[in-house]
Amino acid sequence: MIRAEHISKSFGDRKVLTDISALFEPGKTNLIIGKSGSGKTVFLKCLVGLLDVDEGKIWYNDVLFTDLDFHGRKEIRKQMGMLFQGSALFDSMSVEENVRFPLDMFTSMSYEEKLERVNFCLDRVNIVNSNKLFPSELSGGMKKRVAIARAIALKPRFLFCDEPNSGLDPKTSIVIDELIREITVELNMTTIVNTHDMNSVMENGEKIIFIEEGEKCWEGNRSEILKSDCRILNEFVFANSLARQLKESSK
Amino acid sequence: MFRFLSGFGSYWMLMGKVFSKPEKPSIYYRQTMKELVSLGLRSIGIVTIISFFMGAVITLQTAYNTENPIYPTYLIGLGARDSIILEFSSTIVALILAGKVGSNIASEIGTMRVTEQIDALELMGVNSASYIILPKVVATVLFNPFLTLISIITGIMGGLIVGTAADVVTAQAYIYGIQYAFIPYYITYSLIKTVIFAFIITTVSAHQGYHVEGGSLEVGRASTKAVVYSSVTLLLFNVILTQLLLS
Repeated sequence: MIRAEHISKSFGDRKVLTDISALFEPGKTNLIIGKSGSGKTVFLKCLVGLLDVDEGKIWYNDVLFTDLDFHGRKEIRKQMGMLFQGSALFDSMSVEENVRFPLDMFTSMSYEEKLERVNFCLDRVNIVNSNKLFPSELSGGMKKRVAIARAIALKPRFLFCDEPNSGLDPKTSIVIDELIREITVELNMTTIVNTHDMNSVMENGEKIIFIEEGEKCWEGNRSEILKSDCRILNEFVFANSLARQLKESSK
Repeated sequence: MFRFLSGFGSYWMLMGKVFSKPEKPSIYYRQTMKELVSLGLRSIGIVTIISFFMGAVITLQTAYNTENPIYPTYLIGLGARDSIILEFSSTIVALILAGKVGSNIASEIGTMRVTEQIDALELMGVNSASYIILPKVVATVLFNPFLTLISIITGIMGGLIVGTAADVVTAQAYIYGIQYAFIPYYITYSLIKTVIFAFIITTVSAHQGYHVEGGSLEVGRASTKAVVYSSVTLLLFNVILTQLLLS
């Protein structure tokens, strides 16, 4: 479980997040939605500690993460996995080395054990016979799947995904969404996904937080989103005519 | 002034992170070996070529500027030797390496920053500064003295070959000259300078790359700044070290 309380963050004079509180439960895919530039990525980076918050507290289960120093955070971070918007695979390493990297760094497993775990993770994300390929030789969807394999290599308790569907075709997006949802349940992880992809919202939205200009405007789930009368949320979610028709038919 | 002080402060803060205890020494060892190949072995070619021709030019210039029956021709060898050992093989080669290695380091680390690879390392709980920069520092500090020795040998050989081919000095006189009044401490002086220059090139360039914000344009700018800042710092330290070590 991750709990954020009254999070605020500014860059110079520009206030990016204002008093955001949220609870993210384990075994669920929690979505943070909002248009580009609304503060989703900054909020996610604050949650994982890549950015320090100006005000507020973040709890990982019963540990107050915001009060920890570098070494204290390091222990929590070993329980985190993150899928970055651009995948963030290490260019100089092959697929196998990328997935093996956290195992090399933080476990005392033998090479054979590590290889077995790497192959299991790659198999789980449907990447086969690609161990020796380099990131530059992979498609966008494959890169995302390898990044998921790397994120789950250490069996994390917390998974963060920043725009997992960006730059992917609709079919591959669905594959990635399903994968995230399945892995979340399998490992009983607390998963937080940043997205503005409405297919993801409808498929994965067990809990949804809507952020607009750095403020939390709405909270609910995928069935509630259809019935919401929050004007700003409706303008975002039902931006196209197909979505508006869906909303009309659900009334 | 504020920008300079802020940059200076962030440089030392980064160094604090770089020289903290490595998470897993075996991985750092492996990384250092990779960097030895990438930053060290792959620089041998350019150092050899440049040293050979610079040695040749130094010999020719010394010969043409000392064309006087009073001066014995072996002084051409002596002059070339001292120029190469004292200044050329440490400082000029370091300036060339600031261009080659420095821009390579800044652009590599800068690209890692803008593609979120550094964030990925931090998120895993890895000290990204130490993991990325420390092996590069160790590799260059260990290997650059060999590059300097290679440069000294190649430069003197270049002087011998071109000097004799241009008929400005005989091989016998040149070889006598490079042995005449030889002070072994000059080699030590040159190697001390090389080690310090290697540290400057690597850390200043890494600092520029590590703090890149933006995209590919900023990575290019960081790469240029890395070469300029490390070259200027290197020249400043050249004066300080010369005064300290030769006075």
